[in-house]
This record gives sequence, structure tokens and C-alpha cells, in this order.
Amino acid sequence: MRWRLLPSGAQLGDVALVCLADGIVGVSFGASSVGGGLAWWVPVALSVLVFAGGSQIAAVGVVLGGGSPVAAVLAGAVLNTRLFPYGLAVADVVEGPWWRRLPGAHLITDESVAFAMRQSAPGRRRAAFWTCGVLLFVVWNATVLLGVALGSAVRNTDAFGLDATFPAVMLALALPALTSRSTRVAAGTGAVIAVALTPVLPAGLPLLAALAALGARWNGWRGRRGQRGQRAVARPALPRDSESAVSQEELSAGGKR
Amino acid sequence: MMPMTAIVALAVVTYAFRLAGPLLRGRVTVPAAAERVFADAATVLLIALAATSALTAGHGFVGWARPAGVLVAGVLAARRAPFPVVVLAAAGVTALLRLAGVP
Repeated sequence: MRWRLLPSGAQLGDVALVCLADGIVGVSFGASSVGGGLAWWVPVALSVLVFAGGSQIAAVGVVLGGGSPVAAVLAGAVLNTRLFPYGLAVADVVEGPWWRRLPGAHLITDESVAFAMRQSAPGRRRAAFWTCGVLLFVVWNATVLLGVALGSAVRNTDAFGLDATFPAVMLALALPALTSRSTRVAAGTGAVIAVALTPVLPAGLPLLAALAALGARWNGWRGRRGQRGQRAVARPALPRDSESAVSQEELSAGGKR
Repeated sequence: MMPMTAIVALAVVTYAFRLAGPLLRGRVTVPAAAERVFADAATVLLIALAATSALTAGHGFVGWARPAGVLVAGVLAARRAPFPVVVLAAAGVTALLRLAGVP
């Protein structure tokens, strides 16, 4: 299989935009984690070892909200189940000797999978995946570190509204997935359950209780089984600025809708 | 409090999800229904977390500044504003409201 080391210029531009967007989130994540009272190495270790922004923000959010580490790990783990179907989708790209497969698996993210799925030629898929994955890993960890430094220097990160960036990122990541009515109903129900239980349950549990809303979704699955033979991998939630260049069809190579 | 063991546990679980796909390639197909459960569980969790972290701190209401910033960000995101704009709007609106004395 031939390697094309670098993707085209236009594609590099898209990757750079995504890195910029994630970098802003990285700074915010580092700063508000430290601002919330966590040790500096917590966001840093999460970024290097977990390297999945949504789950990192979720885990830290649970802990900063007073939840237990166990609840934080559970919340992060549930969010990351989507990496399994992603891994199946880009398995051909990560293939190779172990020294390529092991680090390659770590680079599976919403963004790198989305960029790989925009290409059909094997060499280009590899180039897109590895370029995006490696750049994102470098940018994400560097910006989290920068955020930690800023957060440690600035006394009151709340004054800068950084605490509002966590829920905003969650919302921006989830909105593109609210395509079907049943998903919207489940998500809305889950949100109401979680907020309503927050005053009475130990922190972290209301979040897991929200998953009960999936029960409301069950009839939806069964009802539509007949009409849906196609794959329904969650469309990798690319930051929005790159979406102008990427049509929905290209992203969900399997044809989600 | 976030001990190193919790971070490592999340890292191991996450890496297992990542590696399973490439390892099982060609040997397993995930039923479409299961994929939808994964996708919807993640969505439900994200929205629930967005709601609780926007509205509450500890066991009570957080005040108006944060939810207002998140609301503006949500509207911008729904209108397909660029991601950096969404994030900066959330922080900016919240910061301005706090500057104006809104808790």
C-alpha cells in the first residue's frame, strides 16, 4: 500500500481549523480544571492518557460538581463507547505492525475518523487519519498545558466565564446528533431527569440516571427496524467550522440518513 | 478529587474501546441496533451533562450568568456558528453578566 505522506493543502487547512477550535477548548479545559481546584497534573494526565476531549470534560465536570471518581470514570467511559464503532470504521487505516497499530488506535477521535472517512483511496485515508490524529494530539496536549499555566496564574477563572465553556462544548458536540425525533425526546427526558435529581442524589448519579431515558427510545428502535438496514454510526462530531467544507454525506460514509 | 487510579482506569477503558475495532476487524459486525444504543447513550449523556453543568453547582442552582452564556452558545451552535465562536460566546456572555453583578 502506497503512502501519501501529506494530504492536500485544502485538507491541511481544514485540519488546522479543527486543531484551532480544539485548541481553544484545550486552553479552557486546562484553565477551568485548575480553576475548579484540581491539581495541575489531572487535566494533563487525562489529555495524554485518555485523549478524548468530551470524556475528559465530562469526567472533570462530574468531579468538580462534587461527584465521586467512580461516577466520573463511568460517565467518561459511556461517552467513549462510540470509539468502538469508530475503530471498526477505520480499522483498515490503523492496520499494520503492532508499533503502528497501538499508537494508531490511540489517535482514533471524532475528528481523525471524520477526516479519514472523507477519503476513499487507502493511501489518502491513511494520510488524512494520521495527519489529523498526530497534529491534534500535539495541539490538544500543548493547549491543555497552556490552559493549566493560565489557570494557575489567574486567581478567579469564573470571572472570565470559563465555567460556561464546559456545558457549551457538550451542547455543541451533542446538537448534530439530535437528528431523529426519538433521540431528541430521549435527550430531553434525560436532561430533565438529571437536573431534577441533582438536588437529592449524590453528584454523578443524576447523570447516570439520565440514561434511563434510553428506555423511552426503545420503541423507536423496534419500530424502525424494518426501514433501517443501513449503518448508524454516530456521525463524528466535527467542530462546526469544518462542516462548511464537508457535506453530511461525505462524513457518514455509511449513509446515516 | 480525581486520583491517578481513576484517570488510568478511564484511560484503559477508553483505549480498549479504541483498540477493539482494529483487532476485531472482519471478525465481528456490530448490530445496527447496538450502534444506535451507543450513539444515543452518548448523546443523552452529553445533553444531560450540559444541562446539569449549565444549571447546577453542587446540589443547587448556580445562578443566571452561566446558563445565560450556555444558552447563547447553544443558539449559536444550532445556527452552525464556528466552534471557536460558540466557546468564546459562552465565556464572554457569562463573564460580562458577572461583571454586571449577575451571580
